[in-house]
Amino acid sequence: MMTKHLVPDTTAAKIRGGVGEGQVHDSAHKHVTGEAIYIDDMAEPAGTLHAYLGLSTVAHGKILSMDLSEVEKAPGVVAVLTARDVPGVNDLSPTGLNDEPVLPEDYVQFLGQPIFAVVAETREQARRACHKAKIEYEELPALIEPGQVDLTNPRLVTKPLKLTRGDAQQAIASAPHRIKGQMNLGGQDHFYLEGQIGFAIPGEDMDVTVYSSTQHPSEVQHMVAHALGVPSHAVTIEVRRMGGGFGGKETQANLFAAIAAIAAKKLNRAVKIRPDRDDDMTATGKRHDFLIDYEVGFDDDGNILGVDFSYAARCGYAADLSGAVTDRALFHCDNTYFYPAVHAVSKPLYTNTVSNTAFRGFGGPQGIVGAERVIEEVAYALGKDPLEIRKRNFYGTSDRNVTPYHQTVEDNIIDRLVAELEVEAGYKARREEIARFNASSRIVKRGIALTPVKFGISFTATHFNQAGALVHVYTDGSVHLNHGGTEMGQGLNLKVAQVVAEEFQIDLEQVKITATTTGKVPNTSATAASSGSDLNGMAAQNAARQIKDRLIDFAADKHGVPKDQVVFLPNRVRIGNQEIPFADLIREAYMARIQLSAAGFYKTPKIHWDRDKGQGRPFYYFAYGAACSEVSIDTLTGEYVVERVDILHDVGRSINPALDRGQIEGGFIQGMGWLTTEELVWDNKGRLRTHAPSTYKIPLASDRPKIFNVKLADWSENVEPAIHRSKAVGEPPFVHGVSVLHAISDAVASVADYKVCPRLDAPATPERVLMAVERLKTAKNL
Amino acid sequence: MTEPSALTIRTELRFLLNDRQIALNSIRPDQTLLDFIRLDRRLTGTKEGCAEGDCGACTVLVGRLEGDTVKYETVNSCIRFLGSLDGCHVVTIEHLKRPDGSLHPVQQAMVDFHGSQCGFCTPGFVMALYGLWMQRPQPSVQAIETAIQGNLCRCTGYEPIIKAAQAISSYGTPENDPLAQERAKVVAELKAIKDGRRVEVGSGEERFIIPASADDLAAVLETEPSANVVAGSTDVGLWVTKFMRKITPVVFIGGIDELRGITVDERGITLGALVSYSDAQAVLAEHVPAFGKLIHRIGGEQVRNMGTIGGNVANGSPIGDTPPPLIALNASVTLRKGAARRTIPLEQFFIAYGKQDRQPGEFVEAIHIPLPEQGTQFAAWKISKRREEDITSVLGAFLLKLAADGTVETIRIAYGGMAATPKRAAAVEAALTGKPWNAETIETALHFYEADFKPISDMRASSAYRMLSARNLLRRFHLATTKPAGSLTVSRYEAA
Repeated sequence: MMTKHLVPDTTAAKIRGGVGEGQVHDSAHKHVTGEAIYIDDMAEPAGTLHAYLGLSTVAHGKILSMDLSEVEKAPGVVAVLTARDVPGVNDLSPTGLNDEPVLPEDYVQFLGQPIFAVVAETREQARRACHKAKIEYEELPALIEPGQVDLTNPRLVTKPLKLTRGDAQQAIASAPHRIKGQMNLGGQDHFYLEGQIGFAIPGEDMDVTVYSSTQHPSEVQHMVAHALGVPSHAVTIEVRRMGGGFGGKETQANLFAAIAAIAAKKLNRAVKIRPDRDDDMTATGKRHDFLIDYEVGFDDDGNILGVDFSYAARCGYAADLSGAVTDRALFHCDNTYFYPAVHAVSKPLYTNTVSNTAFRGFGGPQGIVGAERVIEEVAYALGKDPLEIRKRNFYGTSDRNVTPYHQTVEDNIIDRLVAELEVEAGYKARREEIARFNASSRIVKRGIALTPVKFGISFTATHFNQAGALVHVYTDGSVHLNHGGTEMGQGLNLKVAQVVAEEFQIDLEQVKITATTTGKVPNTSATAASSGSDLNGMAAQNAARQIKDRLIDFAADKHGVPKDQVVFLPNRVRIGNQEIPFADLIREAYMARIQLSAAGFYKTPKIHWDRDKGQGRPFYYFAYGAACSEVSIDTLTGEYVVERVDILHDVGRSINPALDRGQIEGGFIQGMGWLTTEELVWDNKGRLRTHAPSTYKIPLASDRPKIFNVKLADWSENVEPAIHRSKAVGEPPFVHGVSVLHAISDAVASVADYKVCPRLDAPATPERVLMAVERLKTAKNL
Repeated sequence: MTEPSALTIRTELRFLLNDRQIALNSIRPDQTLLDFIRLDRRLTGTKEGCAEGDCGACTVLVGRLEGDTVKYETVNSCIRFLGSLDGCHVVTIEHLKRPDGSLHPVQQAMVDFHGSQCGFCTPGFVMALYGLWMQRPQPSVQAIETAIQGNLCRCTGYEPIIKAAQAISSYGTPENDPLAQERAKVVAELKAIKDGRRVEVGSGEERFIIPASADDLAAVLETEPSANVVAGSTDVGLWVTKFMRKITPVVFIGGIDELRGITVDERGITLGALVSYSDAQAVLAEHVPAFGKLIHRIGGEQVRNMGTIGGNVANGSPIGDTPPPLIALNASVTLRKGAARRTIPLEQFFIAYGKQDRQPGEFVEAIHIPLPEQGTQFAAWKISKRREEDITSVLGAFLLKLAADGTVETIRIAYGGMAATPKRAAAVEAALTGKPWNAETIETALHFYEADFKPISDMRASSAYRMLSARNLLRRFHLATTKPAGSLTVSRYEAA
């Protein structure tokens, strides 16, 4: 970003690239030229070795014997690592449950679990050698599908959560109408374009530096230290950028960093590990799929009186983040709806599959899909437009505003958002037009749905809501910025740099964005939960303000003016009635021995959470949005096309509208993919059959809506003093994909005159759509 | 046929990489282009996303001589073997930026329209859009979407990339492409490489051969009957990158221009074995429009540029997309061994799963497609989980001729995805033949699907869905030929 030819304009009315500008991504030039360096692109030190993982071929079993002699003898092989080679603690569990070994000793719990690692001169040699292992297993019965699990007494990987408010059973039992049902909601692979990778370079003493494609450098640092049996101070983790993360590199990077570090220290050579896409998809966790059981009681008008939810999730063999993910599902079982009485439980199921993990939304989208299914059930039972049922049950502003977790919704704007979108999308007229179309079209049917989103912002583990930043101002007035967040494409670095530029009133080019490293900012939280800009933006602002305060004190003192007469203007500072370039003030301050570096810090105020009671204020604020989708389906094959989508989304006061729009558009498409074509299929042996893009189908450009209108709710601002009154944007728009599922469902419902709830499971592949059409045709004829 | 003498054999592979001549004499037959540019040349702008030709992160342009010009096409470098590049010009992302550091029009448009987020897929998109812009500087949205069908982006939702693609020509036109200046030099250099010699590289276990001509190929295969014949490598590439199979010795035939011929005469269309999907698209669209449209549903653009219809046939997959329409159209295949040729109906070529009627040393030389007679009706539809760039769940192809009295004179129905080979629905055809072409006949014939097919359940589709949708395709065909009111299929590009 620093361009030496750019001289700051000290007469400008406005800085370049300040807060609110739709600045292009700081790495855009490097992206389009291929000059952006990802870890696999880094120059390798002489003697760099390459590791590869040998994976379990059974879903559940005891390892009876492991003969790796042929592996060791294979060309190029330098070392083979097993559990015995882990010098520290053989555990990577992020929540300390000790249920996730780096490499298992004698017991495997999913097909694809890494058992050993081969280190060789080339990656190809290591990969080929892995196939020469001879491992004998005693196979044990494997639990693959949640449907196989006895949900009344399941084995869980972590403690479940219960939320209650009022007497849900009583409210349902005494309601004029009751419906009970179940929904099968599929998982999702992250399909970050850059796969997992770790690259370790050994240092002196106990030291090791690991370049890791991770959203959570501090955790990788702790895990590597833990596995090596060294203090955290010996381990430095660095990441400049990831080629996509989406939650898949929050805990899942740990294994690769640990293996690379163990091998590098053992062999005293640089070691890189990068799995092939198929192994990446097989051996790393995904979005949790859920079995959602629901019961709802409601009145003749569609007012929900009571609901009872059970959210059972396929967590895989270890807890990983499943506790927090299933918690967040419950936190979103209300979406934008007030439940007078509610009972909701989570069931984090143990299964012999890969341990599922964080994925954009972190259980929230699954919670919301359950809420929206309930809305549909009520609507079809009463023969009403689902949107009417939605609006009727929205949270109030002064009453009917307490969530199932007893937090009061204080910033509700959903009525206005939905009302505006309804008008802009022409919902009512189109719905009527679609009904006419469907009456005369035999094969192709159309459907429309408008769905709302309310998404809770903050880590639900309160202590994660803190961040640090490090800002240096150099004597030429240029600024070095570092913070604890990581860049995975979302533009976090740029947003934080805009905040710092704004603070100092200097052009964005004067602020250098640097790689995230545990050596500069310690004990950071994952760049997750949509919190990156909120937390790190505030921390960086805090650091800048510390330096500014010193500069103000210095200038006021030196020039003998009151402090309020020191004002930062674009690229200059006004002191009394004279203006001097920013760089000049810095030089003067340096000469006067003023500290020009600061460590910033931020912690989110107001939040607290008592998990045992299921009560508190886990969220600082909520982000809102709404989407209206229209689809056409083919009732002969189940194929469909997304005709049009309109989105109105709330990002508060945007720090960078271009980046925010990118998050909304991209999030929507990813959410749509989750609920339509992205299907994870395990066979009865526990083998993931959709383990590469040839079999796992994320949306293409041609799956975009034919017409796609995205608007920011520019009138919204955060009621809380979050960074520049903006709101988090990473996860909430993902949920807009739900509108596509419901539009398909609406089209399916047309074949039975909208009298039967289609109960369309997700992902709504053409197969599921056709089967739902057949089911409804049968129901209609009964 | 005689063995070429040592004088007519070159033991060095030659091609151009950006602005450099490359000559290699000790490379493995399964060396991929991607590994060569990333690991050997350290040109790391090109990325590996999937190593199976499905994500496009590794997209580069490969130019080949076509007369006095070079034709550049996008390809997946991850599954392209180096050995298939003799006499080609490989262009990677590093070649686009101008010496003064300014961006190429394609790159500048991508920057200005926020076309990148994480940036990992971006070089592949830039190359795909560059390939498109060279051919169609003012592309329609459909043309853009088609050109990037083989490129996955997980961040942007594609909208900004489409907008960038539409704007490229406002940054510069292909005539003023900074790279156009080098074309004459490139043509001269490529012509110099094409010396008419057979290329043989390596020895023993690790070797490959690039025959100089179709006759030379026949000669090579007579002495190397067990060699793997590789054309587009859209399938064989995965044998290496995914299954780590040994493929040596390999005979790379992609450069044999004689096998790229397309002829149309009164007997029909003849496609040389090396005609790519992309090359075939126009002629099929003209003469058998439904087949032409189907081509866009095969792979992504990169795969269509590399993959050949001959390979799709020779490979014998039960889910290949061209065999069902070819069988329905009563196509035949010409096989050649040495100087001997035989031509058989294509449906006889597929014997069983993984087994085709091809002798050792024999190769597919051409495919002949009779033009549908006047008065016949043809349709082919593919069903897949994702509409584009997906592998078939079910593909049905139908060729119908009605008698004057409205009864079925002949009907040929072939399916992919329903059996271990591409297969005709013989019992269904019999149930339709001679009957009035009406809904009642169709509904009766639907009962015969069980006699013809017992499809499997797998990750693409269940057996029940395959049966139901296969039947429904016949219903659709009937409706399509009787043209009732209302649309019959959903489509992104046509009014529903």
